[in-house]
Amino acid sequence: MAAEAIAGAFAPGDAAANAAGLRRDAARERLALFGLCSPAIVVVLIVLVIPAGWLFYVSFIGAGGAFSLENYARMIEQKSYARIFRTTFEVSLATTAICILIGYPFAYFLSQLPRRAANLCLITVLLPFWTSLLVRTYAWLVLLQKQGLVNSWAIELGLWDEPLKFVHNLSGTLIGMVHIMLPFLVLPALSSMKAIERDYMRAAASMGAGPVRAFWTVFFPLSLPGLFAGALMVFVLCLGFYVTPAVLGGGKVILVSMRIASNIELFVNWGAASALGVVLMVLTLATLWLAARFIRLERLTGAH
Amino acid sequence: MRRWLAAPASETQVSHGQRLWLYAFAAIVMVFLVAPTLIVVPMSFSGSQYLEFPPQEWSTRWYREYFGSAEWMAATRTSLAAATLTMLVATPLGVMAAYGLHASQLRWGRAVFVLLITPMMVPLILVAIGAFYVYVKLQILYTLAGLVLAHSMLALPLVLIVTASGLKSYDMNQEMAARSLGASRARAFLTVTLPQIRFSVVTAALLSFLTSFDEVVVAMFISGGDNSTLTRNMFNALRDQIDPTIASISTIMIVVTSLLMVLAQLFGRDRSRAD
Repeated sequence: MAAEAIAGAFAPGDAAANAAGLRRDAARERLALFGLCSPAIVVVLIVLVIPAGWLFYVSFIGAGGAFSLENYARMIEQKSYARIFRTTFEVSLATTAICILIGYPFAYFLSQLPRRAANLCLITVLLPFWTSLLVRTYAWLVLLQKQGLVNSWAIELGLWDEPLKFVHNLSGTLIGMVHIMLPFLVLPALSSMKAIERDYMRAAASMGAGPVRAFWTVFFPLSLPGLFAGALMVFVLCLGFYVTPAVLGGGKVILVSMRIASNIELFVNWGAASALGVVLMVLTLATLWLAARFIRLERLTGAH
Repeated sequence: MRRWLAAPASETQVSHGQRLWLYAFAAIVMVFLVAPTLIVVPMSFSGSQYLEFPPQEWSTRWYREYFGSAEWMAATRTSLAAATLTMLVATPLGVMAAYGLHASQLRWGRAVFVLLITPMMVPLILVAIGAFYVYVKLQILYTLAGLVLAHSMLALPLVLIVTASGLKSYDMNQEMAARSLGASRARAFLTVTLPQIRFSVVTAALLSFLTSFDEVVVAMFISGGDNSTLTRNMFNALRDQIDPTIASISTIMIVVTSLLMVLAQLFGRDRSRAD
């Protein structure tokens, strides 16, 4: 095909026809290349898109088997659902806030180190990041339990007298979730801090800004996109988090994801589970959508 | 030491001494990040029923328990098989998709990219119950094939993102050169492009292995019976009581993860040398 096109190019008068042929060939090749994506698309369709569509459909089917809004009405009528959504939202927000408070200064610290030291310290972020979530949750369960290390050392040091209850409640859940989520905040925050020209700070200092003022007016605004991306990631992951809160919360902290699981495992109530799932999905997408608008605005104002 | 404290630590002439609070804070954060995971290692060698640190008597009791249990061994085999197969499925599919999107530059390529990375955004519990339902219909519930299919979907976004970033720093004109010399598209890709993005591909493969090996929520719903995964059994054991056997399994998992991390690091270093 290509050889014909080249041979044809030397025949005068056929230039237009040749160009059309080449365009057709290019389009065909693009389509063939695009076909390379199809196996991946098929997998996502079978395991994600089709089930999601079906869950959406089932959420509108009542106990009688006909179309009904009862699964959604139940969420509004029953107080327990409102409480679950509030808990999910509060726990996610608290985890995100703590991650920002701990993660931002830590990322700043990493960004200021010489390269070799920074890489060494970065291992402490990557090691937990790669380690199984279940293993880390288990570690906290062991450390925080009544006869656990945290309690026995604190009592020995005289920090408190009675063993405090850290697991199977909110504090244990938050400690575990912050530990799991911290790398998701630190890594993007760090990469956006690393991209900041060091000369900007030098310029600010030479113009007479003190370290504090230079940080807040130059460094901090430039590091915001990374911080924001990390915080968004943490918040969205927290909204649907299951394993860590289920283990460390011990049934005392009930999030939407756990209610969905128990609706299936214990009550085999697909209508209730799928309606909760749809609401969870909508909340997640709404967060991402809102954030995407915000980030774009952020970039526009940052660029000019 | 005193000189170091007074030396400037940043462009704005803040001294190291003025930054000591930051260093102390960072040290605490690093301990917080690493200690809980590492402390499981010595604890797993404790001889008593209650996990102690430091252990009063050292023993390999919990390792014998793990290796001696037919159930744990079967679960480990399932997890290893699922992770290996997931790696073998997700890596080629993800690399193909990344290459297709990169080379075709179609207008709706962006939409397809978003579709293929959505598995990262959807809460796992929804993937789990959705797959559970579909698998009942397809009659592949509790099979290894079903598990690999779901885990491959979860690993696809990672493979796609890592490979796409590898392709971004690769000059496609090299492939053009190979093709103008008579190589077919496939041959040009395999002999020219693939060797140059191999570090991204290896990283992607390791990540997809770990994605499957560590996955809990989806496995809880769609693995079971003879094909129940290690993480599924661990999670169930955790919900009931603190079983010290899990400390030994955790230690083994930490060692495996660290080894994979070192592998990835070695490949990463190779890349910087090659550049």
